[in-house]
Amino acid sequence: MSDQPIVEVRDLRKTFSVKHAGGVSTLHALSGVNFEIMRGETLGLVGESGSGKTTAGRILVGLVPAGSGSVRLFGHDITGADGKVQLAKVRTRLQFVFQDPYASLNPRMRIGSAIAEPLDIAGGLSRKDRNDRVAELLDLVGLPKTSIDRYPHEFSGGQRQRIVIARALALNPEFVVCDEPVSALDVSMQAQIVNLLLDLQDRLGLSYLFIAHDLAVVRAVSTRVAVMYAGSIVETAPKSQIYSDPQHPYSRALLDAVPRADPDYVRHPVVSGEVPSLLDPPPGCSFHPRCPFAFERCRVEVPILKESGPDRRVACHLFA
Amino acid sequence: MTDVGIGAPATAAAIAAPRGHGTLRRLLRHRSFLIGFTIIALLAILALLAPLIAPVDPSAMRVRFRFRPPQAAFWFGTDQFGRDIFTRVLYGTRISLFVGFAVCVVSGLCSAILGVIAAQFRRLDSAIMRLMDALMSFPAILLALGIAAALGPRVSSVIIALTVAYIPAGVRIVRAAALTVREMDYVQAAQVSGASSLRIVLRHILPNCFSPLLVHLTFIFAYAMLAEAALSFLGVGIQPPIASWGNIIAEGRDYATQAWWVMLFPGIAISLAALSLNLLGDALGDMLDPRLKGGE
Amino acid sequence: MAVPLLSIRNLTVQFRVDTGWVTAIDDVSLDVGTGDCVGVVGESGSGKSVTALSVLQLHDRVTTRMPSGSILYQGDDLLRAKGSTMRRIRGSEIAMIFQDPMSSLNPVLTVADQISETLRQHQGLTGAAARKRVIELLGLVRIPDAARRADDYPHRLSGGMRQRVMIAMAIACKPRLLIADEPTTALDVTIQAQILELLRDLRRELSMSVMLISHDLGVIAEFAQRVVVMYAGRVVEDAPVTQLFRRPVHPYTMGLIAAVPALDSDAPRLTTIAGRIPGPQEIIPGCRFSPRCALVLQGCREEPPSMQMVSDGQSARCPPRIQVLDVRHV
Ligand SMILES: Nc1ncnc2c1ncn2[C@@H]1O[C@H](COP(=O)(O)OP(=O)(O)OP(=O)(O)O)[C@@H](O)[C@H]1O
Ligand SMILES: Nc1ncnc2c1ncn2[C@@H]1O[C@H](COP(=O)(O)OP(=O)(O)OP(=O)(O)O)[C@@H](O)[C@H]1O
Ligand SMILES: [Mg+2]
Ligand SMILES: [Mg+2]
Repeated sequence: MSDQPIVEVRDLRKTFSVKHAGGVSTLHALSGVNFEIMRGETLGLVGESGSGKTTAGRILVGLVPAGSGSVRLFGHDITGADGKVQLAKVRTRLQFVFQDPYASLNPRMRIGSAIAEPLDIAGGLSRKDRNDRVAELLDLVGLPKTSIDRYPHEFSGGQRQRIVIARALALNPEFVVCDEPVSALDVSMQAQIVNLLLDLQDRLGLSYLFIAHDLAVVRAVSTRVAVMYAGSIVETAPKSQIYSDPQHPYSRALLDAVPRADPDYVRHPVVSGEVPSLLDPPPGCSFHPRCPFAFERCRVEVPILKESGPDRRVACHLFA
Repeated sequence: MTDVGIGAPATAAAIAAPRGHGTLRRLLRHRSFLIGFTIIALLAILALLAPLIAPVDPSAMRVRFRFRPPQAAFWFGTDQFGRDIFTRVLYGTRISLFVGFAVCVVSGLCSAILGVIAAQFRRLDSAIMRLMDALMSFPAILLALGIAAALGPRVSSVIIALTVAYIPAGVRIVRAAALTVREMDYVQAAQVSGASSLRIVLRHILPNCFSPLLVHLTFIFAYAMLAEAALSFLGVGIQPPIASWGNIIAEGRDYATQAWWVMLFPGIAISLAALSLNLLGDALGDMLDPRLKGGE
Repeated sequence: MAVPLLSIRNLTVQFRVDTGWVTAIDDVSLDVGTGDCVGVVGESGSGKSVTALSVLQLHDRVTTRMPSGSILYQGDDLLRAKGSTMRRIRGSEIAMIFQDPMSSLNPVLTVADQISETLRQHQGLTGAAARKRVIELLGLVRIPDAARRADDYPHRLSGGMRQRVMIAMAIACKPRLLIADEPTTALDVTIQAQILELLRDLRRELSMSVMLISHDLGVIAEFAQRVVVMYAGRVVEDAPVTQLFRRPVHPYTMGLIAAVPALDSDAPRLTTIAGRIPGPQEIIPGCRFSPRCALVLQGCREEPPSMQMVSDGQSARCPPRIQVLDVRHV
């Protein structure tokens, strides 16, 4: 059981139709995504804005229907014909933490009711047990019990994110998708929330899919890292390796671009160009227009994610 | 690290007083809210206490006192039958406020239900909205005129007619608000936890559509009072001898040159009520606007 | 040293709230010399944006007051300047770019229209001359194929492109001072790196002074020459960049630096500053940072500290720490 992944994503694809002045076109948000997450592990998912991180995370919890490919959660395939039924079976074992702490709490709902919402939906708890659980959850995320009767606007961004985490943990989920949970927070709040997530993982044995665009934060939380670019995963590797020895040129570019809090640091030249349009993706490797190492093959053939070392995979023709 | 800017105003709000008190306190400090609220409250009290305050019976005809101009005995003068205009305006307030209030409540309820259904159950959306568009393609007052004429001149038909006429605007407002709210992360969080549509509507969408609807309804209140007057004036509304502001004016129309007071006082009452409701609506709009609330 | 280009002296800014006036900025002083790049850093709510908006006097006049202090631009006090003077200074002498490039651009006007409007207002350029300058500016901010992109509407551009357009508008009139309020927070790291590089080049090419506001110490370390650290409406430390990172004096600065997650090493937990920043309404006796300070002393909770010189060019608002450092130096 323990070496069975709890999340297994195979060749996941998703397109959206977008309307614009010229008609309707197809946006390729995910074009063949593969990853798995083991029990107790945190997979950090990084990549540029629009690369499909949120879409992938939303599909995992059933907020967005998958296009094609398969998603197995705890062994249940939620993308098959009876996907809805399978999803309902694992529903209480999954949760989602959103990026924007200002939009993820109903402004007209008291904190106590907000945290109790998953309990109320699942039902089956006495009034007292429910209230005890809420108090316990507040304690777990380090907020005073007096918060129960207060409203979201009375809390700062970091405190709200704690409330959101408490709500997510209400039903003791085993797997939590954290979609940029600290991106809207400043450094000190960010560190507090990251530590909280790590403590909770230690205490409750949670597994996370941690979505972020900040590689330094991902380093602090992840066991493995997957780098996404324009709808596909270009590299996955254990944390220790991706930072010391990134293989995909985009992973390298991403690392080089992080500003360092060190005035003496001399950065490598930054990668030029922009993320390609998902409406009209370039042929071949989607990174080739920006890649300093691109050669002929990159322009015509899409590289696939292949083993490139122990427990690591990369989608790049340089490693073929 | 996006959007840190949004953090600033909310931090300030974080230490503000608990919400319930804060909103009330802010409202009470808002001058136009205070003025509007006071006038409407006074009118409502006068209307309720009309039988106690009114010097005479509103339909008592005393031909001796026909067309008396305003004076100590008849504050607002008398009409062609010698009825006391002050008393009639007082009783008219009852009708006008009742009609306004009833239209508000009924059209508010209907708008909330239809608007939320249209937003939440997308299959019904186009059917509901086409119907609303069809209703909206008539000027509200003409639509109300037609319905009231068809139903016969009664208070209830005025209320039904005006409710139907004002529902489309309300539905649009609720639907627009609900469409925004249903995309909010907290609604999605509830979905992740397996919440039913009903729960999402009741716990999340409706409470957050309430503010814009409330603001809208204060204006509807004013429109409904004006429209009731207009319908009564045109003869399809409330029929004499029951006094309504509209039919007092209608009756006084023929004598406008010799007895200006017959039309003047109910006219003032209508303008005053409409004005104060508008003040109230504007103030509520200011106060309930989340941007202003957040940016304090 | 000559007169600095911009010199904010003991500025206090108050906002009207339900309960009266609250002080959002208290006794803030900072200088931006000609050609300098000054970074302003601090947690969310520390007063960075309020300070920046005060320079251009973009606060709402009714709900804001500035009871003391002065903002000297080339020796003239902007707080006492006439409306017409301020209008001239805004845009043509001092320009500002904001965090969110989409809401600062008008969605119904093309890029060229918006930039030409600025050119017309401040430099009287119209027609072909304005068009030529627009394309020149778009080239300057490295927008590829500038002549064609000029006629695009903002929503057709990516976030990075929009921020470039904002920068092009800001530098259209060759301002002497550019205030950039979190210009890259909404952008991806690779695009952020491009924008920062662009700003650095422009600063050199146009010999502009820059005041860069950010809560990201990485951005500050990379870009600024001097750094002003703000906390709860006050400046707590002001130092040259290398000195600030090598020898931070104020415990808050130390906390901020320590809280940056490391990219090159693993730690079991991130370092945090306990607690949260107080809002302007909260009354905290003595040092505003004392409730969160790891090195707090009894005296810190009583006496509000004053800004003191630590060494050449570095000053901080923490007398106990400065004393300790002095003793060690002797
Ligand atoms: N409901 C939708 N309809 C149309 N397009 C969508 C929808 N949801 C996402 N997209 C598009 O899919 C692409 C991937 O979006 P996604 O939100 O997954 O990116 P992301 O990696 O999370 O980016 P960010 O870092 O900005 O959050 C984007 O181009 C986005 O515009
Ligand atoms: N118009 C205003 N009225 C009342 N308080 C205000 C107003 N503008 C700002 N404040 C308060 O002043 C303080 C400083 O705000 P400011 O926007 O300068 O913070 P900041 O350092 O720019 O933060 P961020 O990193 O979030 O942008 C905050 O507590 C904020 O809530
Ligand atoms: Mg996302
Ligand atoms: Mg700011």
